[in-house]
Amino acid sequence: MQNRRSNRDGRQRPQSEIKSALRSLQETHAANLRHKASDEELLKFYEQMLLIRRFEERAGQLYGLGLIGGFCHLYIGQEAVAVGLQSALTPGKDSVITGYRDHGHMLAYGIDPKVIMAELTGRAAGISRGKGGSMHMFSVDHKFYGGHGIVGAQVPLGAGLAFSHKYNEDGGVCMAYFGDGAANQGQVYEAFNMAALWSLPIVFVVENNGYAMGTAVKRGSAETDFYRRGTAFRIPGMNVNGMDVLEVRAAAEVALAHVRSGAGPVLMELHTYRYRGHSMSDPAKYRSREEVQDMRENHDPIEAAKAELVKRGVSEERMKDIDKQIRSKVAEAADFAENSPEPELPELYTDVLVETY
Amino acid sequence: MGIELRMPALSPTMEEGTLAKWLVKEGDEVKSGDILAEIETDKATMEFEAVDEGIVGKILVAEGTEGVKVGTVIAVIGGDGEVTPSSAPVLTEVQAAPPAIAIERPVAAPRAADPAVPAGTNMKMSTVREALRDAMAEEMRRDGRVFVMGEEVADYQGAYKVTQGLLEEFGPKRVIDTPITEYGFAGIGAGAAMGGLRPVVEFMTFNFAMQAIDHIINSAAKTNYMSGGQMRCPVVFRGPNGAASRVGAQHSQNYGPWYANVPGLVVIAPYDASDAKGLLKAAIRSDDPVVFLENELVYGRSFELPELDDHVLPIGKARIMREGSDVTIVSYSIGVGLALEAADALAAEGIEAEVIDLRTLRPLDKETILASLAKTNRLVVAEEGWPQCSIASEITAICMEDGFDHLDAPVLRVCNEDVPLPYAANLEKAAVIDAARIVVAVKRVCHR
Repeated sequence: MQNRRSNRDGRQRPQSEIKSALRSLQETHAANLRHKASDEELLKFYEQMLLIRRFEERAGQLYGLGLIGGFCHLYIGQEAVAVGLQSALTPGKDSVITGYRDHGHMLAYGIDPKVIMAELTGRAAGISRGKGGSMHMFSVDHKFYGGHGIVGAQVPLGAGLAFSHKYNEDGGVCMAYFGDGAANQGQVYEAFNMAALWSLPIVFVVENNGYAMGTAVKRGSAETDFYRRGTAFRIPGMNVNGMDVLEVRAAAEVALAHVRSGAGPVLMELHTYRYRGHSMSDPAKYRSREEVQDMRENHDPIEAAKAELVKRGVSEERMKDIDKQIRSKVAEAADFAENSPEPELPELYTDVLVETY
Repeated sequence: MGIELRMPALSPTMEEGTLAKWLVKEGDEVKSGDILAEIETDKATMEFEAVDEGIVGKILVAEGTEGVKVGTVIAVIGGDGEVTPSSAPVLTEVQAAPPAIAIERPVAAPRAADPAVPAGTNMKMSTVREALRDAMAEEMRRDGRVFVMGEEVADYQGAYKVTQGLLEEFGPKRVIDTPITEYGFAGIGAGAAMGGLRPVVEFMTFNFAMQAIDHIINSAAKTNYMSGGQMRCPVVFRGPNGAASRVGAQHSQNYGPWYANVPGLVVIAPYDASDAKGLLKAAIRSDDPVVFLENELVYGRSFELPELDDHVLPIGKARIMREGSDVTIVSYSIGVGLALEAADALAAEGIEAEVIDLRTLRPLDKETILASLAKTNRLVVAEEGWPQCSIASEITAICMEDGFDHLDAPVLRVCNEDVPLPYAANLEKAAVIDAARIVVAVKRVCHR
């Protein structure tokens, strides 16, 4: 890979060399498919995934009660992706950016569920003071940069964050998430081009949950193997099972080692599935109930982690305890979000501009 | 302890729905994710899932019931002892009536005047092009976070030579040639600003920034507000704007009104070298996203520029370019030169025109406009751009709303013809404003 720039004079590079460079990360991943987590580590992943699941279920419930308005995109089913990838990052050093299905990425980065839920209910105590809502949440302290409502916009923005890491030489990496739908936006490829050209420290993550709103991948994409879509820019791709948190984590380490070495971006495709509709108002008639049920029953990342923990001999009591703690944490967040006051009306005029002119 | 199941809101606009079908019956055991019922909204039939585990207790609303209001209790699930009961109030209780009181808007602080140029300061002649370059170079020397990116800004020295010499002084880390990919690099610039840098993003012309307008507006302008003041985006988008010369419709448009429409942006459109330099320096230092509109036809014009160590001018302050008592001509960018030309012609006929250069289009300096109107009682806006929904329209509205009592004549607009800019030399000339048209409009408002 150190020869990335050697071919810019237009001479043809041997096919074999290109192929091996673009597949080398996949081979490294295949050689060590699952992260060798300690019991405590796996318990932590389980706990984080369960927190996301319970948080999102409660958010769905609050939406049903009319306490959350507008659009609300739940992350249920995709938990292993954010937890597995972000467990390999350092909050406050590495930056994360995503689209509008953002609650899970925030929880996986250790952001307080109370201020997230209070943002969903549009309260003054929300992380964006009630002015952003479900799709627009940020925590600069954690280096979580949103939370973006325009499909695909987070990809060049993420490349900009990666640019700032490189410019500041702070050793940070940006992880930019987008969906299989956003993967068809033109700006994604503009960002790929510049990120590869400038060797920016960024991991592009396609969360392929099979449907761009109601359009199945094969109905919207000529190339359905999203990990191959960086090939034209010489960005190595990785094809990863996004329903196993330990596979995700192992793949993240391979990708991050490559990016941190200064070799430029990596494109990861995470195969995952959302159990709920695209947003709360999606009747999800484009897929069968059996398909959803099969994913829930046979591929659920949380149930799989739980089964593994039980098999390792973690006591049922310990698991129940975690479950109970999370339920009360989520209940606390929901109570906080329901009972916090709405923003004061003068808040309407604040934060339009930083300075006064 | 039972949990009340309420009629859910299943879309942003749903207020009531039909409980089409129950898929469970009293006494059934349900777990999280099980489908309990089908509910018809105005748009679709949706499945209603269980969130908690337990035994279905009483079903309170029978299937087939229409017009069930959101929030109505439709069933009760008996808990397993560990489930926290839902204490959520229903929608109707949460939504307070709209406030009867008017919201008090914040009062703007008085705008800062330009700092006085100390007596004895040497004035040198400078082109606008050099003034812009010097502004960037000075700010790059001052602050290591400032960098310049855009098409042909480095090796080529700028498509219009505005970035001439910057690569040599600052190197390729801070003066960056981009591929021709406006949407992408505008996003990278905005993202780098969110990451704490101070990007100056050059568009070869603002016509090409239409490919990137999503990042200028949705990513840069709205972020500070949407994040509750947490995430800033201190980026400057700059480049030539407006009609150039004989380049046809796609390369000739004034985007001032487009960007000036957007809260969250600062929009600057200077005319002379001193303002170009002083305001670009202010723009780079600003914590807000700035759209900085230059004009290709003015790049090569020379103006007096004070030789100061740090020439920074206030954003949001209009400048009185020429004092007069009979009529006010408001303009910005290239229009200011035409307005001054018109004022000279009018003076020869005994009409003293006051010429105001807005300099900043957002926030707009209403006070200076209204103070001048109060003095002259007549006002014309000259704008090199289309008339509909223009800066001229906005100023006319301001005069109606806040200056009506001072008006002795209707406010008139002098704008480009309302057509895409033609290529043929004679047609182009006919389409774009000139001093003669401003003179005619001024005479009309002066009844002369």
